[in-house]
Amino acid sequence: MLIIAAIGASVAMMTAVAAEGPEARGADRQRPAAETDGNRIDELVFGKLKELGIEPSALCSDAVFLRRVYLDVIGTLPAPRDVRGFLADKSPDKRSALIDELLERDEFADYWAMKWCDILRVKSELPSNLWPNAVQAYHRWIRTAIRDNMPYDRFARELLTSSGSNFRVPQVNFYRAVGQKKPQEIADVVALTFMGARTKSWNAGRRAGMAGLFAKVGYKTTAEWKEEIVYFDPAGELLNPTTGKPQAPVLPDGTEAALSAADDPRVAFADWLVAPENPWFARCIVNRIWFWLLGRGIIHEVDDIRPDNPPQNPELLAWLEKELVGQAFDLKHIYRLILNSRTYQLSAEHTPENIDDEVNFSHYTVRRLGAEVLIDAICQITGTTESYTSRIPEPHTFIPANQRSIALADGSISSPFLETFGRPPRDTGYASERNNDSSPAQRLHLLNSTHIHQKIRTSRKLGQLIKRAGRRPQIVRALYITILSRRPTAAEEKVALAYLQSDGLNRREGAIDLAWALLNTKEFMFRH
Amino acid sequence: MKTDRNTNSDGITLTRRDALRVGLYGAAGLMLPSWLGLKLLPASAPAEAAAAIPAPKAKAVIQIWMWGGPSHLDTFDPKPDAGKDYTGPFDKPIATNVDGIQIGQMLPLLAKQADKLAIIRSMTHGINGHETASYVTQTGRMPGGRDVFPSVGAVVSLKKGYDAGYKGLVPPYIVVTAPQGRFSEAGFLGLRYKPFATGGDPNKTPFAVEGIVTPGISPQRQQNRRQLLHALDTFGRRMKGNRLIDKADADEREAYEMILGDAGKVFDLSQEDPALRDQYGRRSFGQACLLARRLVQRGVPYVTINYKGWDTHKQHFPAMRQKLPELDVGMSALLQDLSDHGLLDSTIVWWGGEFGRTPKVKWDAPWNGGRGHHGKVFSTVVAGGGFQGGQVIGASDARGVEVKDRPVYPWDLIASMYELLGIDPDGTLPHPQGKIVRLTPSAVDGVKSGGRLREIM
Repeated sequence: MLIIAAIGASVAMMTAVAAEGPEARGADRQRPAAETDGNRIDELVFGKLKELGIEPSALCSDAVFLRRVYLDVIGTLPAPRDVRGFLADKSPDKRSALIDELLERDEFADYWAMKWCDILRVKSELPSNLWPNAVQAYHRWIRTAIRDNMPYDRFARELLTSSGSNFRVPQVNFYRAVGQKKPQEIADVVALTFMGARTKSWNAGRRAGMAGLFAKVGYKTTAEWKEEIVYFDPAGELLNPTTGKPQAPVLPDGTEAALSAADDPRVAFADWLVAPENPWFARCIVNRIWFWLLGRGIIHEVDDIRPDNPPQNPELLAWLEKELVGQAFDLKHIYRLILNSRTYQLSAEHTPENIDDEVNFSHYTVRRLGAEVLIDAICQITGTTESYTSRIPEPHTFIPANQRSIALADGSISSPFLETFGRPPRDTGYASERNNDSSPAQRLHLLNSTHIHQKIRTSRKLGQLIKRAGRRPQIVRALYITILSRRPTAAEEKVALAYLQSDGLNRREGAIDLAWALLNTKEFMFRH
Repeated sequence: MKTDRNTNSDGITLTRRDALRVGLYGAAGLMLPSWLGLKLLPASAPAEAAAAIPAPKAKAVIQIWMWGGPSHLDTFDPKPDAGKDYTGPFDKPIATNVDGIQIGQMLPLLAKQADKLAIIRSMTHGINGHETASYVTQTGRMPGGRDVFPSVGAVVSLKKGYDAGYKGLVPPYIVVTAPQGRFSEAGFLGLRYKPFATGGDPNKTPFAVEGIVTPGISPQRQQNRRQLLHALDTFGRRMKGNRLIDKADADEREAYEMILGDAGKVFDLSQEDPALRDQYGRRSFGQACLLARRLVQRGVPYVTINYKGWDTHKQHFPAMRQKLPELDVGMSALLQDLSDHGLLDSTIVWWGGEFGRTPKVKWDAPWNGGRGHHGKVFSTVVAGGGFQGGQVIGASDARGVEVKDRPVYPWDLIASMYELLGIDPDGTLPHPQGKIVRLTPSAVDGVKSGGRLREIM
């Protein structure tokens, strides 16, 4: 039984810790944040803020930056040695060096393949019904394209124009991941994916014209189980639902595609889509990347681009578009520009003046860690694994125990944890499918589920950490570095030590409680 | 712990921010109970549509989900004249307390409750794959198109829970014990409408309800940990006033209400009379039935008992000799107990799986007396909540292969349940992209229908 006086002491300490103020003890207050270093993003963002009379928050500290950039770029927590190394590093350009390093990590491919599989609806079952073999092939292709930094125009072109077997030409699964394999639905999905447009907001003629471009997508099965061939079917035809007459293929800008009977209209569409002068294509993707890294699109929502939903900062968006096209659709160039900006590196902590601002990027936007990233982080800290299998549909999918959740290929393979924490069902491809809101059910799970308790209590990794650290102050520091990716402040260390030294609690139990508490802080649960 | 609301903000800032949030998220969003509280959807069901249906008879549903598909021949649609290749060893159906109704010989206790049961022997959808058949029986929708529809439980938790001002401390849609995963999708309704799965085993003491009861951690240690957590949540304190951080604080208070407050007591089966617990059978299934009654008694509108083990391709009959008595004890006790508590009239008990099993037994290896999937005809049973008992609806043919008369499709049954619950089956569901979507399919969706179950409503 714990002596209550000890708890009394830690509660008294609460006040001391609270009084300590912002994360500011680090490097973040050394320069005015609104300086731009000539970075064009910062000029445009801070210029807008100035116009609005909103002061940006301070720059974030090195420790905050490290954790943030790991989570945002590779969906993974930094290991304790990464934290120590980065904090000890004295070189002035260490942030940008780290950005370069992370963009080349394997987890970068895992994490961004996951995001793309959300958009492309990669799952075995309803409504896509890609089935397990094709899911694995498709995921592998997407991941490889990201790992190799395939230029984005080629990525889109391959998805849009390929023909062949769903097992052997994985790109064709793009056309299979639709509920009904009909021209109009395909057109809707294409517009959503690559133009960030919801065709419901278009007039009927434009929408039907775009469907006309996909009238010649053919599907056929083979003798092999669950194999499906996607091909160019010259005989394919779409009747306009209102006129009953054959629908001509019309590009979204209103020009009729000049095609002979032997031409695959998908190619004409792809040519139009990825042309450097086409505003839709680059705008959609740079806006998505901005959203992914900063939590809100310059146009928001990112898949609802239309004239009456204008960009919050048109110059910024236009500049990013130009950068992408100018660098031959190298997406990593855009990541680099954004990640190196002071805008990205602002503190999440609001000031009384900018607390209301949710749209102008005056501070970093906190978001709860996504389902997969959160469980991976907990697994990494505790050295435990999750088990994923799927017995339906056949063939059964068995997944190695050390598989990370961000690397799961199949949206149909899930767990109660992933469901509770809002993993997207991959039904529609809408960005809003990923639900990072918090709920009492999630809090129950983290605070008190056997799932999480077991991971912490039976963790050999934490056991070794406690043993190696030896003395209580070292345990506190090691747990802070491992879980929150930073050192404790003096006040926090005092509170933690007071708890660990309370009577009736052995060293291990105390350390386990501390690990549990740190995992349940908002600092852990949120990107910040 | 007291509810500390933004004490560090001055009144003017709060007002301005609240106004901003209302603008962004809708005024209702500020009031709704936040259980599983996630995305708020546009309001549904225009008032005039709701007026078109009769006053509700049922307040709640207990769904006994027979995961894997139970054999109709061995339960509620015996075919003693079809021969051993169909009946297997179960060739002597038994009389019930209703003249003219016979059921399988392994269900003697349910036979004494037949006056409460409406046995539908002509359920059909023709689908033999688990995933699709489960989807269809749980949502009342055929697959196709980009929409994934919500299960009945999600719809009820919307219409009888959140939309109906549900204020319970436990969530309105509960699954005992394991989540059904992909088979209980909230579909486009989203995360908020997913069920809370209890986990644990109700036949164990303590019943370790996931997140609520954790063996090995005393209430005192819970309290101590909570204080430690608060003392160390330095970032959270600095971020006070941030919408998301404040929401997380509120969620945490609600969670602790379940862990340390009274809300979690509903799961404490030791509060029940041991003799009653014995009647339910000291098995996981029986105790799950008891828990379902406790939940319904406290106002939870939808409880699913996810009852596994019915996908018996091989060695079917030995499995049935184990499973059917367990079903018989638990379900009969549930019906009796609901009735004794005066709850049966307002609670629909819905028994069934995604399909039946092949009438003809596969005697050869590797099945060795197995039954496969059979979606062409199967049995489902409903009781209570306004359904008339002591009835048989429809019939299968002589060998239980096809529907003989009065086909009942999943959407017919589901629409009937909605009607009894006072939910307009022709009303609409909120859709995140604003599509007009009805609760149940109609002729325009191109589905066949046998009509609602007027004969027993």
